Amino acid sequence: MTLQRPRTLEVENLNVRFSRSNGVLHAVRDLSFHVEPNEILGVVGESGCGKSMTALAIMDLLSGRAERRVDSLKFRGEDIARVSGNEMNALRGDRMAMIFQEPMTSLNPVYTIGDQLEEVYLRHRDATRTDARTRALSLLDMVGIPAPRQRMRQYPHQLSGGLRQRVMIAMALMCEPDLIIADEPTTALDVTIQAQVLALLKQLQREFAMAVILITHDLGVVARMADRVLVMYAGEIVESGPTQQIFAGPCHPYTQGLLRCMPAASTPGQSGARLGTIPGIVPSLIGEMTGCAFANRCPHAFDDCRHGTIANMAAEADHAYRCLLPAGQSLSNFYETSK
Amino acid sequence: MILFVLKRLFSAFLTLLVVSVLIFLLAHLAGDPAIAIAGKESTAEDIARIRVHYGFDRPLIEQYFAWCGRALSGDFGRSYHYQQTVSDMVMTRLPITLTLGVSALCFALAISLPLGIFAAIRPNSLIDRISLVIAVVGQAMPTFWFALVMIVFFGLTLRWLPISGNASWQNFIMPTIALGYFATPALMRLTRAGMIDALESDYIRTARAKGLGHASILFKHALRNVMIPVVSVSAVQFGAMLGGSIVIEQIFALQGIGWLSYDATVRSDLPVVQAITLIIAVFYVLLTLAADLINALLDPRIRIG
Repeated sequence: MTLQRPRTLEVENLNVRFSRSNGVLHAVRDLSFHVEPNEILGVVGESGCGKSMTALAIMDLLSGRAERRVDSLKFRGEDIARVSGNEMNALRGDRMAMIFQEPMTSLNPVYTIGDQLEEVYLRHRDATRTDARTRALSLLDMVGIPAPRQRMRQYPHQLSGGLRQRVMIAMALMCEPDLIIADEPTTALDVTIQAQVLALLKQLQREFAMAVILITHDLGVVARMADRVLVMYAGEIVESGPTQQIFAGPCHPYTQGLLRCMPAASTPGQSGARLGTIPGIVPSLIGEMTGCAFANRCPHAFDDCRHGTIANMAAEADHAYRCLLPAGQSLSNFYETSK
Repeated sequence: MILFVLKRLFSAFLTLLVVSVLIFLLAHLAGDPAIAIAGKESTAEDIARIRVHYGFDRPLIEQYFAWCGRALSGDFGRSYHYQQTVSDMVMTRLPITLTLGVSALCFALAISLPLGIFAAIRPNSLIDRISLVIAVVGQAMPTFWFALVMIVFFGLTLRWLPISGNASWQNFIMPTIALGYFATPALMRLTRAGMIDALESDYIRTARAKGLGHASILFKHALRNVMIPVVSVSAVQFGAMLGGSIVIEQIFALQGIGWLSYDATVRSDLPVVQAITLIIAVFYVLLTLAADLINALLDPRIRIG
């Protein structure tokens, strides 16, 4: 790399809170991470860990009930944490786009596919209707929708879930954004369609040389797609690093536990082996949290884990984890012996 | 779309058929029409003669088809009381009631759509509270009482508006408000609820993620979805207003269909009652049909099954 391109996204201390009658719910706590241009960042964690909230917070799409606090939110080197609604609107759909989990309900039922695709192009480009139509057709073709001309005239309810998600991908790509946030883009789809859509997403990411944040609860998806991974737990990042390192040498007990929950991949060749589980439940996100969020489920937890703040440790360059245990300590036997 | 229209037309036709049978039978259940025509001081012979003259002695089914045939060609017979053709009487009154109904519906929509939309954008704001009060009061207050209050205040105390008759457009202001206010609560709450649902929907989130402006999100993406149930309810409310105009026209002495139907009912003027009931029923069916067709245009899921 001769000239340093600015990072596509750099987030510093992102917090998302909800005021509830029984206290303040911290959906996302002090999240800091970055996305390089031209990489796929996988964000993985179980339901309610704050993955989607993080995505919506970056796009400034949180509902009115949520409160976002962030020290800095740099997009292509520029801080967009405190820009006006209009400036944010100019970025959304143009430089940053989002693909949602529910293809069945994410398209407006009363407008044609063509209309909804053209709209985003007309909004951000000084283009004619004909330009927008040409662009929409070429993108529908690119995302592998057969007979795009007919599809343009159809309504969402006439398309299958897989096709609708392809339309959503085409819509996100209309203005060639620098960043696409895909929030569980394949969760609602059939397994075979899932693989196709993921392959398409990866291919397009390479073609358009854009950054993608891929949010998922599926480690298999992360392994196949992501260059780097963030593992989230209870609103925090517990481990981050290059995909290969995370999968080869997970340092945080939660990441290790997640990997044991993967069928087949965790125990190759041992068919019939018991699938791992992580005992216990996620802690309440209401109120301040002291110590490690995972301490109540962690097999290695000791007294120090429950007090103070847990600092990030570096396992290798670019591979960090939030735990008091030293890296490289062999924990792999634990889950077997604890059964 | 064509198939959809044909289906709706067919069901509208069936509805009218059933309604016409009911109207015909109800009139015959209301008492012996021959006695009503003959009057109090008539002999049994007079009544028998009248019965033959009007064909009341023939089988019901035969009478029904004769009545239907005449009704289709616009002949509802002569009024028992006024010795005038029923169609003349109805046709001179109908424009008054339609004017009242249309302006009342416009009034109701002009109040309820903006208030409902704004209340949905800012729930629990002052405007939301005010519109809730308007809705509750409108729902709770009897129309005739509200009409009388307006007459006392605007008509008698302030002397701004005429209180009776249908001489000028000013005569229609108070009846329009009285009748329209009756339909406002339902339409307003429906708009508000629909708008809140729509604004929380996934497709609105998508529209926001596309960077669209407020106006486009609200009026292009949300409103069209919100309007679908509002159109259906508007049609029902309009039909209810045609019925409700009986009281309002009486109070303001607007001599429309409602006024006429009251007068005819009191006088047991059977052909007039039948004609009015049938006409209101036809309007009801046409309105529902119109609402279905408008919704089919608004919502492709209805149009393309």
